[in-house]
Amino acid sequence: MTSVLDRPAPAARPPARRGRGAVRLPGPWTYAALIAVLAGSAFPVYWSLVVSSQTPDKVDSVPPVLVPGGNLFANISRVFDQSDFALAMMNSLIVAGTITVSVVFFSTLAGFAFAKLKFRGRSALMLLVVATQAVPTELGVIPLYMMMSDFGWAGEIHAVIVPGLVTAFGVFFMRQYFERAVPDELLEAGRMDGCSSLRLYWNVVLPAARPAAAVLGLFTFMQAWNDFFWPLVVLTPENPTVQTALSTLASGYTTDYTLVLTAATIGTVPVLAVFLLFGRQIVGGIMQGALKG
Amino acid sequence: MKTDWRERRHRWDIRYAPYAYIAPYFLLFAVFGLFPLLYTGWVSMQDRNLLDGDAATFIGVDNYVQLLTADPYFWNAMGNTLSLWLLTTVPQILFALGIAQLLNRRLRGRTFFRMGVLLPNITSVAAVTIIFAQLFGRDFGLINWVLDLFGAGRIDWQAGTGSSHTAIAAMVVWRWTGYHALIFLASMQAIPTSVYEAARLDGASAWQQFWRITVPMLRPQIIFSTVIATAGNMRLLAEPLLFNPGAAAATGGSDRQFQTAALYLYEQGFAKFDFGYASAIAWLLLIATVAITGLSYLAARRIRTD
Repeated sequence: MTSVLDRPAPAARPPARRGRGAVRLPGPWTYAALIAVLAGSAFPVYWSLVVSSQTPDKVDSVPPVLVPGGNLFANISRVFDQSDFALAMMNSLIVAGTITVSVVFFSTLAGFAFAKLKFRGRSALMLLVVATQAVPTELGVIPLYMMMSDFGWAGEIHAVIVPGLVTAFGVFFMRQYFERAVPDELLEAGRMDGCSSLRLYWNVVLPAARPAAAVLGLFTFMQAWNDFFWPLVVLTPENPTVQTALSTLASGYTTDYTLVLTAATIGTVPVLAVFLLFGRQIVGGIMQGALKG
Repeated sequence: MKTDWRERRHRWDIRYAPYAYIAPYFLLFAVFGLFPLLYTGWVSMQDRNLLDGDAATFIGVDNYVQLLTADPYFWNAMGNTLSLWLLTTVPQILFALGIAQLLNRRLRGRTFFRMGVLLPNITSVAAVTIIFAQLFGRDFGLINWVLDLFGAGRIDWQAGTGSSHTAIAAMVVWRWTGYHALIFLASMQAIPTSVYEAARLDGASAWQQFWRITVPMLRPQIIFSTVIATAGNMRLLAEPLLFNPGAAAATGGSDRQFQTAALYLYEQGFAKFDFGYASAIAWLLLIATVAITGLSYLAARRIRTD
């Protein structure tokens, strides 16, 4: 980033800008193209808001209505009256919140051990973590479902929470961060003062982890909130998360789109809020190539 | 005495504490990640249907033989999976390259544009699919209205194989292009400008610079994106499931025209409760995914780096 900013002012350069390749100055066409891309990106979300603020009969009108109407709050209360959406929101908050705290805690702990402590088999075990990232665990849904039935957890939200408590990606991500961000000298100084490794973790490593832990936490929260397949398999329509409640609403005999898209809009609000507040950090995390989908 | 105890505690801490710190990850992953995946292999060799009172009989490779030789629905689902993989992965990478190129300029409101292209990625697959299913509606969908406006006529998006695959691919491409664009953008910014300046002096056009310099320099990121996208797109389930919500959602359309392999797994496992058969599908899908991922890795690696 700095290299782009530090370069001399455009006037100091040869005037020929055409064909200058990568970092040329944006012309009006660049902005026009980008605004078109942005409109395409935002349109479905906007459309969802438009439909959710209309009365049901307006949705089936030709030509379609393209601006929001005044029926949003009526539709919101219909969603909460006609479905278990309040329970779904509560369940999703508990699931995503617990998973986020747990992933951040266990990832920083294991990441610290892998980055800063010496033990036999360290590199082999780390290789195992990296390899497990590539394992598509969702193809194990059938035995996982059988296990949850045996535990008596089928239909309960712990069945969604427990398999999500750790991720290989989180461990890998925190290890990468600690290797660079926490100097060995600092930990050695702590050792000299007689700190146990757990105290070092708590007093030195965890405070230093804050920026990376925040990005990992934001990303984990969004993924857990948006997760669909496993909750669909293991939960019942009576005890849903937001995403499974959406699929139940959409699968009615006749679909009331104002109702369904109002629910979709409400269900998007928490991640949208997180994104608007911390979008810069999330974008930064992805641009470092560190966050994968 | 006291120092002796401290000394011992210190030695224990150095030697064993690291294992305690990494143990939670390995324990939880082993129980809830690895074990189910391996156990799928065992279940796939059983005749195990919940509706038959959970009786499990070992039948060897019968499920696989049945799937590979006598189940047209399986081959239909595999064909749909491959078609959707191609229709999603290729446009995703190409659009992402174009958008990254646009973003790689000294823009005003940089953060705004970057967040804008990432917006689709943060929305849930369930919400996205339901919204798109409405947009692609036959009678009152916005897309058909626009097509009609230009005299192109209405399309029953769900009814055909090509049209339904196009609609589903649109959802996936919409949701993931921005994510890949940001990954490409990061590496584009690391390409030294002197390379472009030299090329310009040699008379290379912007188009030539893009294909001869930018794309080859991005090779590692293109490989990464292709592999990630392939692994994800071979397992599409939510999009075809919710494109056609209702009682028969698991069949992926009236004629199974958009039933993917993952959706067929879901149908056999959780609509018909045939756990043995569904597990065999899971293993075959896993093998196919590894094969296709390997092939796309090789393809992406062939990008020229002069």
